[in-house]
Amino acid sequence: MTTATSLSRLAAPAAPLAPAAPPRRHAAVSLLATRAVDVAAGLILPLLLLGLWQYAVDRHWLAEQILPAPALVWDSLVDLWQSGELGTHLAISLTRLAWSLAIGGGAGLLLGVAMGVSAPAKAYLYPSFQLVSQFPVIGWVPLLIVFAGIGEALKISAIAIAVVVPVAVNTYRGIRNIPRALLEVAAVYRFTFGQTVRRLVLPAAAAGIFNGLRQGVMHAWLSLVFVELLASSEGIGYLMVWGRQLLQLDIVVVGMLVIGAVGIVLDRLLAWGEARLQGWQRQAY
Amino acid sequence: MRILTNIRDTDLRGFVLPLAFLVLWYLVTALQLVNTKLIVPPAAVVAAAWDVVGSGQLLTGLRASLVRDLSGFAAGSGAGILFGLLLGVSRWAERLVGPTFHTLKQISLFAWLPLLSTWLGTGESAKILFIALSAFYPVALNTFEGVRSVTRAQFEVARVLGFGRLQRLFRLVLPAASAQIATGLHLALLYAWLATIGAEYLLGSSAQGVGSVVIRGKATFHVELIVVGMLLIGLVGMGLNRLAALVEGRVLHWRGPAR
Repeated sequence: MTTATSLSRLAAPAAPLAPAAPPRRHAAVSLLATRAVDVAAGLILPLLLLGLWQYAVDRHWLAEQILPAPALVWDSLVDLWQSGELGTHLAISLTRLAWSLAIGGGAGLLLGVAMGVSAPAKAYLYPSFQLVSQFPVIGWVPLLIVFAGIGEALKISAIAIAVVVPVAVNTYRGIRNIPRALLEVAAVYRFTFGQTVRRLVLPAAAAGIFNGLRQGVMHAWLSLVFVELLASSEGIGYLMVWGRQLLQLDIVVVGMLVIGAVGIVLDRLLAWGEARLQGWQRQAY
Repeated sequence: MRILTNIRDTDLRGFVLPLAFLVLWYLVTALQLVNTKLIVPPAAVVAAAWDVVGSGQLLTGLRASLVRDLSGFAAGSGAGILFGLLLGVSRWAERLVGPTFHTLKQISLFAWLPLLSTWLGTGESAKILFIALSAFYPVALNTFEGVRSVTRAQFEVARVLGFGRLQRLFRLVLPAASAQIATGLHLALLYAWLATIGAEYLLGSSAQGVGSVVIRGKATFHVELIVVGMLLIGLVGMGLNRLAALVEGRVLHWRGPAR
């Protein structure tokens, strides 16, 4: 009797919890189901397009040179990958991207910090900077070709210019948006200039800087493909030009697939980085 | 009077850097410190500009480029608004087409050019289609986001007022999304100009266009011609940007000052 009551007492607190559990599992299942439906729905159109593509090839609506079969594209992708050709070209393109991000991002960061921290620097630099930033990046390329030849220097400088502008502008804005009070606290603590930049300005402007970097990466990727298409003897863009000249459109399509895949990976990486950055900000409060 | 105060209020320090650049440019060429075939003297650029403007070559090129740019922009942004509206209003359209759209968006713009030029040749249609594509993405994306920013409460008010489908579209959804759509159109205008220049650079120089002037200058190693073309490209880009900002301000005036 006593054991029974104590047991029931023990059991009692569990009782209200019990009915709550099934709906949660139910919600999880239904969430999973919606996800599955979403994925399935998203796949319908690509599959339809693929089907249409195959059908068009089967019916010889267009010449093989103009519309390669999906299977041929897949074979070329596997071939190019296994021969290492695709890997080499991709590595070259990505190296260019990395160098110009480092150079352009570094220069943009310096410019942005200088304009954000020092009023005279802003007065001297900002108008010219604003003027230059309005010129489409691609317009520079022919001039750079004349100055830098069609070597590596051309590609890296052309792409670096594409990175400098968004990084500098966003860094500058990020710093401008720092509340005055924080700067005054730094002054009260008698922070040196270096300390102010390292311990206040950069962390406070981090979100803006990252936003600029994100735009910079996207601009860089856009202009990299352009420069490689226009003047190059290596790289993923060149691979496409080469395929186009041989009228092997399967290679062109492979190039597009790879460029799309790199774009997706870059986008995901940046989203991940941004999420981490925001996670850090939330912890601070 | 107003001009005078304007001049007094402008911070002259902003002119130091451009002026220093011009002086440096003049000095290194005048003193023959550099190869003047490579770094042409400023006077040569002015003379070349005078020449191509006088011969009408530049103006016909500019007109051809602008017509191309604007027709691509009109087609692309029109399609983008329709597509964005459809995706924003209908959950099913978003489920069906959204993933494909977001994946294709990741293919860098210029990667489409080799394929387009094989299918359509290097003529006007390939260029305009490419420019339209470049304008399509930003407009579609921003329209979609604008439509999604319509709140549940606004939607319910429209229902209480007994709005029909079309009324809801024209009196609720489109006005509510107008700021975002304008942002998309502004971006699209800049992208379309970029694409125009890119297409003219990459798809041969036989046709008229500002980009062709530059490419011809490069081929014949007339650096002054390249510089003139570049300046013109930049000026047009700047002008389009200003124009878009102006129109945006006028059209969205009813929304009142931004927060």
